[in-house]
Amino acid sequence: MSGLVRLLSFFLIIFLANTTTASDRKFNLGQIATLEEVAGWDIDVRPDGLGAPIGSGTAFSGEEIYAEVCAACHGDFGEGADRWPPLVGGEGSLASHDPEKTSTSYWPYASTIFDYIYRAMPYGEAQSLSHDETYEIVAYILYMGDIIEEDFVLSDKNIGEIEMPNRDGFLLPDPRPDIMNTHGDPCMSNCQVSTTIIGKARDIDVTPEDE
Amino acid sequence: MKKNKKKEVSNHKKFNRRDLIIGASSIGAISMAPKNLLSEETNPENLPPNLPEWTQYLGDGVDVNPYGMPSEYEGHVIRRNVEWLTASAESSVNFTPLQDLEGIVTPNGLCFERHHGGVSVINPQDFRLMINGLVDREMIFTLDDLKRFPQTNKFYFLECAANGGMEWRGSQLNGCQYTFGMVHNVQYTGVKLSDLLLETGLKEKAKWVLAEGSDSSGMTRSIPIEKILDDCIIAWAMNGEALRPEQGYPARLVVPGWEGNMWVKWIRRLEFGDKPYMTREETSKYTDLLTSGKARMFTWVMDAKSVITNPSPEKPILSKGLHQLRGLAWSGRGKIKRVDVSIDGGKNWKTAQLHSPVLSKSLTRFTLPFEWNGEELLLQSRAIDETNYVQPTIGELQKIRGVNSIYHNNSIATWLVSKNGKVDNVRLG
Repeated sequence: MSGLVRLLSFFLIIFLANTTTASDRKFNLGQIATLEEVAGWDIDVRPDGLGAPIGSGTAFSGEEIYAEVCAACHGDFGEGADRWPPLVGGEGSLASHDPEKTSTSYWPYASTIFDYIYRAMPYGEAQSLSHDETYEIVAYILYMGDIIEEDFVLSDKNIGEIEMPNRDGFLLPDPRPDIMNTHGDPCMSNCQVSTTIIGKARDIDVTPEDE
Repeated sequence: MKKNKKKEVSNHKKFNRRDLIIGASSIGAISMAPKNLLSEETNPENLPPNLPEWTQYLGDGVDVNPYGMPSEYEGHVIRRNVEWLTASAESSVNFTPLQDLEGIVTPNGLCFERHHGGVSVINPQDFRLMINGLVDREMIFTLDDLKRFPQTNKFYFLECAANGGMEWRGSQLNGCQYTFGMVHNVQYTGVKLSDLLLETGLKEKAKWVLAEGSDSSGMTRSIPIEKILDDCIIAWAMNGEALRPEQGYPARLVVPGWEGNMWVKWIRRLEFGDKPYMTREETSKYTDLLTSGKARMFTWVMDAKSVITNPSPEKPILSKGLHQLRGLAWSGRGKIKRVDVSIDGGKNWKTAQLHSPVLSKSLTRFTLPFEWNGEELLLQSRAIDETNYVQPTIGELQKIRGVNSIYHNNSIATWLVSKNGKVDNVRLG
């Protein structure tokens, strides 16, 4: 009996000793991640190229894989198919009534194209592409968008240096609240507003109906 | 014996009646407003002085519904989607039926869904949250680990930045659900990130967090560290029960007051860095294009907004006399201070009653009694939050942002009540 108590006390001391060694951890919950665990999940690529995995590809070599895994939804020339989005085109349209926001007309960084394709494409088969295949596809898209030449070798070394046409097309920081009345005392009576009906959703007739 | 026979007959009756109604509606014109097919008819046999069958005979026992569902007569209270909006239902959205809800709590099964790669199905035993990058210790937490941290329980609204996005150029969708339903409000249970990060420590250079989902879209957003340490939560429960699969089971990020896309579901990783990551969701999407061709980026806060849920296009006025106008208001900048209601298109306003609890960054319920005598009305509501921000008109927003912003349309909507009581989503100008 006393032997058991002594044995338990021994383990208790060991336990306390262990927790004290991790004293800078407040709750002592969770496990330290191994380098291998982090490497498997840390797949993001930043605009400056940080995180870009080792690999390379050209548009020339990318045409085949693009046709195989991308073209069905995005079209042979990145023009889009059915309701799936186009990947290129729309240059000069952003200030128009019908802007076309594509990866080459709108996206500010080439890294984003790599990051997104590698993590989420092909749709429904995420993270099935190799690093080289992803560089090839990104190169092919950039080539279709007239941003690089067909034989340009896109790689982890230079993806952070690709200059996208709309790189300076974004405004920071958020200027809101951006409306006039932000002092909490709006007009309460006889307000000068137009109450003419200029449109009805019913007339547009695109609202789904219950069956 | 008698009881069983009676039950059989009544079920048979019910079945036939339902069939008839569905049959009739598929032939005739279908009304814009969703209908409750079962409750359309009143059965005089159930009215005084008669005894309805539920008064005479036993109902279901406690072993029939181990997880309860709403009454079959509430079958019309469902999330609805707009099929033509997107290319695939797995990367799409549906809408909360705000017009059928009361109070401020959204029932879990009615919280709108927005997925970019469908609903991930995750065994909680296989859940891991990794925290890496500019921290003192790169760590991995199980769900059980997270539940052993100090706990927080908070109500917050979650609104998609594109809520009302179809209405920038004019009134398009004729429903409260379709124009305002990308919002829900539940009580979250979870661990504050400021507590969780005590365990990993933070390097001084850590300024941004990349939040990453484990779904097949690998959803990622960059969030500034000030927000993360202020009030962000890793939540595993909503309204008292585990998160629903479509809301990120077993754990999601909660980013109070900020656009819904940032509330990464099925969360698997938080990476700390010194710069934003510029993911697809914060460059190609969730940026607000202005008429100049330039786009605003990192527009996170959801500005104050309100909607009249009843009357609304789905909730016509059915009789003259007294009615209770009801609605919801919310602000990503704090508490709702006041809601005004107009019945003449914004010429004159009356302040509505706010119902407690009025919580910060939560839906707030308002009501206003009104008499209707068959006249035409132009209903509007206008929210004012505790920062004194006043919900704008669409004209005010268009003047500054044009019509191609898609996101952050928090303008005042107008419901036209016609003389027959029908309600339409209209644009004034």
